[in-house]
Amino acid sequence: MNAEPLISVRDLVVGFADQIVLDHLSLDVHRGEILGLVGASGGGKSVLLRSIIGLLAKQDGKISLFGIDRDTATQETTRSIERRWGVLFQQGALFSSLNTRQNVEFPMREYLRLSEKLREEVALIKLGMVGISSEDTGKFPAELSGGMTKRAALARALALDPELVFLDEPTSGLDPIAAGDFDALIQTLQQTLGLTVFMVTHDLDSLYAVCDRIAVLVGGKIIVQGPIETILACEHPWVKAYFRGKRTRETTRTLGQTTH
Amino acid sequence: MQPLESAASGRDLDITLSGSWTAPHARVLEPLVEAAVREARGRGVRLDMHAVTEIDTFGACLLERLARGSSPGIETQAFGVPERMRGLLAEVGRVGREAQPLPPKKKSSFAGIESIGRATVDAGRDLVVFVEMLGELSDALLRVLRDPRRLRPISIVYQLDRVGLQAIPIIFLITFLIGGIISQQGIFHFRRFGAGDYAVDLVGILVLREIGVLIVAIMVAGRSGSSYTAELGSMKMREEIDALYTMGLDPVEVLLLPRVVALICALPALTFFGSISALFGGGLVEWLYGGMSPAIYVERLKDAVSVTHFEVGIIKAPFMALVIGIVACSEGLRVKGSAESLGLQTTTSVVKSIFLVVVLDGLFAMFFAGIGM
Repeated sequence: MNAEPLISVRDLVVGFADQIVLDHLSLDVHRGEILGLVGASGGGKSVLLRSIIGLLAKQDGKISLFGIDRDTATQETTRSIERRWGVLFQQGALFSSLNTRQNVEFPMREYLRLSEKLREEVALIKLGMVGISSEDTGKFPAELSGGMTKRAALARALALDPELVFLDEPTSGLDPIAAGDFDALIQTLQQTLGLTVFMVTHDLDSLYAVCDRIAVLVGGKIIVQGPIETILACEHPWVKAYFRGKRTRETTRTLGQTTH
Repeated sequence: MQPLESAASGRDLDITLSGSWTAPHARVLEPLVEAAVREARGRGVRLDMHAVTEIDTFGACLLERLARGSSPGIETQAFGVPERMRGLLAEVGRVGREAQPLPPKKKSSFAGIESIGRATVDAGRDLVVFVEMLGELSDALLRVLRDPRRLRPISIVYQLDRVGLQAIPIIFLITFLIGGIISQQGIFHFRRFGAGDYAVDLVGILVLREIGVLIVAIMVAGRSGSSYTAELGSMKMREEIDALYTMGLDPVEVLLLPRVVALICALPALTFFGSISALFGGGLVEWLYGGMSPAIYVERLKDAVSVTHFEVGIIKAPFMALVIGIVACSEGLRVKGSAESLGLQTTTSVVKSIFLVVVLDGLFAMFFAGIGM
């Protein structure tokens, strides 16, 4: 792990109208790790993700990506940063008027000068990597199931071989088997492509299975971060309720058995 | 040193790769790979990769092409593969073997004729859809009339406000201007053979019989018809209409009927206001440009037009409203999943309803001429 964090958030304040959502929040994401962000519904996880990628304006604080401060960066530098990351939106956000393969080809078409043949080939490879068969690559987003939409959206996020991928609830709305497959997929891709992953999730299985580090967002601040053992040892009531609640006991127990 | 260098050694081909095999270099690398594939045909290939500094999926994809394209059946050996690149290469190789190439695109030599045929079939289908929608709306109306509690007064009033009341300012403005323009043209051209005063007849008859209702109907088709289509279309996309079905409610009764009823009520009223505004505009131009005092204008107008002219115009309005409503609603329900389709159907809705309104106007003109009105 490098000393220089890939994403560095310092004293971030974000709010709407009369309400502060993120209150002097600080967080680092290191190169090559999978960071899972958890927090209550409506607690500002997506707000944090959207402020990091620049979709929401911040009121105060500093956000650096790849060691470059967003505020002082020129527009050109910002553009070049944006090429180095991929984003998987919660609902996929695939372009509805393009088919699956064209969706993946779209960023390549915009940013890279490639022959049509190679572009098509790489798009098919990317779609194959996320588990979409060649017959389905001609389908339009409206014809895809929920799981396929997520996979296609992941393929599009990976289109430019980014170093950093943001995943907004990648496994929500998937059945446990599909969610498990998706977790495995993220892990494989992370290893083969050397990705850094910033993942917002509610799925405890994902947290246990793939995340190297977990950050817990409560009340607009990161109250604890670290590997799963650190989180489990935390005595904060919300963290205890989340990780040791009735619904989660089963998962925790199996983890306890495998680690000992 | 080239990123790809090949040398024959006996029956085999030694290929040495070096440098960056990444997306920005793909344009340079691709022709080299293609050349190497041709050179290596039918021979064994040894790939030396120890000098490759970085590689991404694009480079891996090109290497995969090299490995597969050169020697079907003969194994390509790669050595000196840096440890960190193995995972990616293996993954791309695995996916590449599983993926089938895309089927070539079909291109018919009779595409032109085919599209004419399709357009004809579509036009026929449109007619069926129109009649179906008319039937469904009548059916829903009968059900509501039999059981008036099912009428949705709030919904109807809300729609009336949107398509009627809120449309009045723009309708007033446009018809006022058109009345003025007709009047000015009438005065200018009729004056040349000394019949300047007949411009009043022109304005009165034209506005009341044709222009008033036609302009208002076209405006409403563009303003309200399009919004109906877009609204219903996005409800269709977000499964709201399916949700209504599953609650045992008929979308035609809940969504379509109030909209169409509101349109049928609003259009005659708008036509009336629009016609008055056009006559006012005409009068103003007569006064300022033609030098005819308002009192005389009103006097002449009374002589020129009769209630019949007004009736001919206003009778057409509810029928035009029905046509606009049916087209707007059925196009809205045809929207499929994509944003593109929403835009397409909205355009189609406006174009089609304006076309049908004009055709209907023509049919009415023939009808009224036939019965001598």
